[in-house]
Amino acid sequence: MSRDATETKESQGAATTEKSANTIMAEKDEQGTVGPKTKMVPVPSDSIVPERDVNQSPVLECRHLGIDFGGLRAVDDFNMMIGRTEIAGLIGPNGAGKTTVFNLLTKVYNPTRGTILLDGVDTAGMDTARVSKTGIARTFQNIRLFDSLTVEENVRIGLHNQIKCGMWSGMFRLPRHWASEREFHNKSLELLDVFHMAGNANDIAGSLPYGAQRRLEIVRALATNPKLLLLDEPAAGMNPSETAELMETIVRIRDEFKIAILLIEHDMDLVMGICEGIAVLNFGKIIAKGTPKDIQNDTQVIEAYLGKQDDAGDGE
Amino acid sequence: MERIKNLNKTTRSHIITFAIVIVAFVVMQALIAAHAVSHSIIGLLVPICAYVCMSISLNLVVGISGELSLGHAGFMSVGAFSGLVVASSLNTSINSAPLCLFVSIVIAGLFAAIAGLLVGLPVMRLRGDYLAIVTLAFGEIIKNLLNNLYVGMDNKGLHFSMKSVQALGMEGGKMLIEGPKGAVGIPQLSTFVAGFILILFTLFVVLNLIGSRTGRAIMAVRDNRIAAESVGINVTKYRLIAFVVSAALAGMAGALYAMNFSSIAPKKFDFNTSILVLVFVVLGGMGNIRGGMVAAAVLTVLPEQLRFIGDYRMLIYSVVLIGVMIVTNNPKIQRALEDFKGRFRRRGNKAAQAVDSLEGGVSDE
Repeated sequence: MSRDATETKESQGAATTEKSANTIMAEKDEQGTVGPKTKMVPVPSDSIVPERDVNQSPVLECRHLGIDFGGLRAVDDFNMMIGRTEIAGLIGPNGAGKTTVFNLLTKVYNPTRGTILLDGVDTAGMDTARVSKTGIARTFQNIRLFDSLTVEENVRIGLHNQIKCGMWSGMFRLPRHWASEREFHNKSLELLDVFHMAGNANDIAGSLPYGAQRRLEIVRALATNPKLLLLDEPAAGMNPSETAELMETIVRIRDEFKIAILLIEHDMDLVMGICEGIAVLNFGKIIAKGTPKDIQNDTQVIEAYLGKQDDAGDGE
Repeated sequence: MERIKNLNKTTRSHIITFAIVIVAFVVMQALIAAHAVSHSIIGLLVPICAYVCMSISLNLVVGISGELSLGHAGFMSVGAFSGLVVASSLNTSINSAPLCLFVSIVIAGLFAAIAGLLVGLPVMRLRGDYLAIVTLAFGEIIKNLLNNLYVGMDNKGLHFSMKSVQALGMEGGKMLIEGPKGAVGIPQLSTFVAGFILILFTLFVVLNLIGSRTGRAIMAVRDNRIAAESVGINVTKYRLIAFVVSAALAGMAGALYAMNFSSIAPKKFDFNTSILVLVFVVLGGMGNIRGGMVAAAVLTVLPEQLRFIGDYRMLIYSVVLIGVMIVTNNPKIQRALEDFKGRFRRRGNKAAQAVDSLEGGVSDE
């Protein structure tokens, strides 16, 4: 079923990503550098990236990514490419495996199959902390802040790998400690200013209102200086005006920090409003990829969300 | 200006903590000079200092790093026995007692840190109840190893054995550690002043660590391990740092403690001692270093002061413990305390703001 989907998208994808690393590889193969006995398999190139990013290597490339939990194929044959400055969306019904994909990308889970290339680096064998250093940051569906610490400390912890200061200089207050603390302070306030939260710097993170906690999580993720920012339902629990503000901020983050953003969201106004490329996941498989317009008109997507129009044929 | 305010808050709190220790020390010294304290209390001064250090160091693991460690007495004993071996062997070559004590405490800390690292490497793969169980086991293992340790010194130098006195092959000389009997004839170098300095040092290290990049990472792991990993913090490394630093400080406290007595046996540092130190931390409030210090001092003095009621003293001791737990967890009393604190703070805040605005004005120029 999804095989059809990939094939139909293949022609489209190949046209837009002529220069992607993937296609170049395939060309080399055809020129006969490989021995004649090798069995050749077609490489799916169903990826789409914004036109402006086509000359740069993609920030993220997933190939045949999959994970099993026991007998359950939670995610299967997940292929995705994200351009340098793309705002991409990952949508799908509840339980489709969207957050599992995030957990795979950040190595909270180790994939059973497939490859993740983050900025051209294979993340196989890395742990969550290493992947973060390679340039991926995320927020969580159920907020995970350092509740007992202040807002500024939360951001400072996000800056952990950006500003170095060893244990001994901290323990014995050597000059390095004071210099780094000043740097920590200035940078964290600068980042908090993105969300106009500098005034809350000394509040305890756990006591912030819900929306502010979500924003703080984004600031903390940005502090790690990522190339790709993963947002897991950033607008959950926000009212329409807050969501509108969030949309502006997400675009502003992309423009200011020049990073790619991949977001999971159920709020279709947000997804259709700011996402350039959208992938739809259902039962762990991508059933559609394209621009917001393509997705809105895709029959399979409509079916996944609303069910088939004809109830009689539901048996299989 | 914002920065100064923030900085002031933590520094102010640190200054208060140090001030409490210094004032307590000065008052105690004055009372001793005025012969206003009983002999039993004077005898308890060094153990109190050692337990206060233990409480601060365990707070680093339990309160700041958020791991339940039940083998802290093990590191204390490693420090105690390595410290007194060093002290005994240096006693003849170093004439100055404080210097000898200093060197042996530093080496005791080093040995305890090595023990902490060896225990921590496997243990830090676990968390929660499993970590508690395994640290308990390692505490017992350390105790049993020391129970079988024989150390003697003669003209040729130090002799070690894990079998018996005979296996040492000594020619005269003297025994330093005699297996389960422990150490006898320890040079009693510990003094109240040394204990006071060690408390200050322990406080200095722990408070500085908490306020540094390393400490923030440790607290991040405590608050939310998954989030800490997601921002690129090596969880195992920072848990291990907290554990090893804490073990080193416990070893130093152990050396101070041991050199207060003429003899000490490994069974002094058993599971009960670990629990005792944990009780200090829990009673003072996990993560509340000041509270832990007070709890350590009070709970060390209490059993001695209750000696006059004989067999009932442990009963009273436990009743007091339960009483404190109930009272501090009573919502009504908590609210009353909060109200009281709030009133106090509001008044304090106004004054602080006035000071801050003044300072801010100066720093802006």
